Amino acid sequence: MTASSASPQLQPLLDKLHSAGTAETVRFAVEDIAAAQLVDAVPILIEVLGYNNPGAAVAAVDGLIAIGEPSVMPLMELLDGFNYGARAWALRALAGIGDPRGIDLLVKAALEDFALSVRRAAARGVGKLHWQEFVSEGDRVAAQSKALDTLIQVCDDPEWVVRYAAVTGLESLGQRLEDSLIGELPKLTQRLEAIVADDAAMALQARAQLALQRLPALAS
Amino acid sequence: MSANPSEMSSPQIPAESLSLDDAIANLKQTEDPDLRYYAAWWLGRFRVNQPEVVDLLVIALADESSRSPDGGYPLRRNAARALGKLSETRVVPNLLASLECDDYYVRGAVVEALGELGDKIAIPKLLSFLDGGVEAATMMPGKPHLREPYDLILEALGSLGAAEAAGQIRPFLEHSVEKVQYAAARAMYQLTGEPRYGEVLVSALAGPDLQLRRAALMDIGVVGYMPGAEAIAETLAENSLKLIALKGLLETHLQQSSGRALTDEAIHAMDLMDDLL
Repeated sequence: MTASSASPQLQPLLDKLHSAGTAETVRFAVEDIAAAQLVDAVPILIEVLGYNNPGAAVAAVDGLIAIGEPSVMPLMELLDGFNYGARAWALRALAGIGDPRGIDLLVKAALEDFALSVRRAAARGVGKLHWQEFVSEGDRVAAQSKALDTLIQVCDDPEWVVRYAAVTGLESLGQRLEDSLIGELPKLTQRLEAIVADDAAMALQARAQLALQRLPALAS
Repeated sequence: MSANPSEMSSPQIPAESLSLDDAIANLKQTEDPDLRYYAAWWLGRFRVNQPEVVDLLVIALADESSRSPDGGYPLRRNAARALGKLSETRVVPNLLASLECDDYYVRGAVVEALGELGDKIAIPKLLSFLDGGVEAATMMPGKPHLREPYDLILEALGSLGAAEAAGQIRPFLEHSVEKVQYAAARAMYQLTGEPRYGEVLVSALAGPDLQLRRAALMDIGVVGYMPGAEAIAETLAENSLKLIALKGLLETHLQQSSGRALTDEAIHAMDLMDDLL
């Protein structure tokens, strides 16, 4: 796809990918592309997310996260057209990059996507946004507030793994809450305590317990 | 080794698509074998543990009317699978009788159900399938499978805690079919807790066959072999499966250390899970 316009650094790596004949050699080629962290590799790395090759997809996600900011817009633009397996990988990349522009997509996906792997990746990402990259304190507070409400809601997801992701998200968020939101911390910890007490999955109870241990002790 | 990832990760089938009364009526009637087949599956899927349902499934388990072109008994297979999910041990004698069925897949489903129901009374009969040892466990002539569902039999014996079976199970670690080897390792780990058997499963995670890697993931989770946590996280397979495997591992571990504070191993397993989300 990008063969004609690829940079001299990228071209040999692309050639290797295009001549790869097995799932394993594809993965090796993608690992090399990802490791090079070239901005012009973003389109091919995104394409790899749709290959139905989990090993290659992991490598591509790592590469997109390492490239960071330049991956964000192409990922957001392409997300709509993806099959659901690929969408989960793309959301994972967005979640890993943590760019503020991803928040609306992540929130919507965490709450509404029909595919549990997408809700899972998105919930994780909502809690791990790079809060320091929001331009103003006002934006940051509004975003954290939205993230908190979202994650508390996602704790009611019917799938254990999505709830699990929400708990990890609450832990990350609770550790980085803006001073003006500290009053919201009890809401967060109460939700975790409820999970410890009565979630249907034992793993969830344990993960919420761990999150509570890792959160700053409440001043109250 | 019966792990079916698509089944485990599928979105929930809306229960409303069939009412309970419809399902029971469909299972009762005999004119439409497809409806009956689906009803048996549905009642197991939603674990409808009611005496009437159990009775109807027992009847379906001995059904003669529904036959597939190759002579199989599809309804019996589904009835057995459903009974395995209903925790009703009074059906164990019926299941044991169904092990005489000449449909290999019925026997497989019955063996799995017996393992799930957990009644040790099934052990001697299951063990009798291992008579003749590995030498007798050959391919069924003209069929794409072994003479008996050995992998499922070994797994069931492990799940049932058949310690007395260890001597007969161990030789199957050397069976020519990998799936059978891993089933033997899984059972041996459950029966003895010896790490070397857990390591056999861990080695399967690095194998070239994705289906076997997936099955080994589930096996390590089910048996709770905690030293395998790292290897699970690194396996080339879907994250959703690795998460399910690690959850199994974690929960088995939590059950064994219940009431105490989170152990370092539990925390490590959760950290691995976090990275797979």
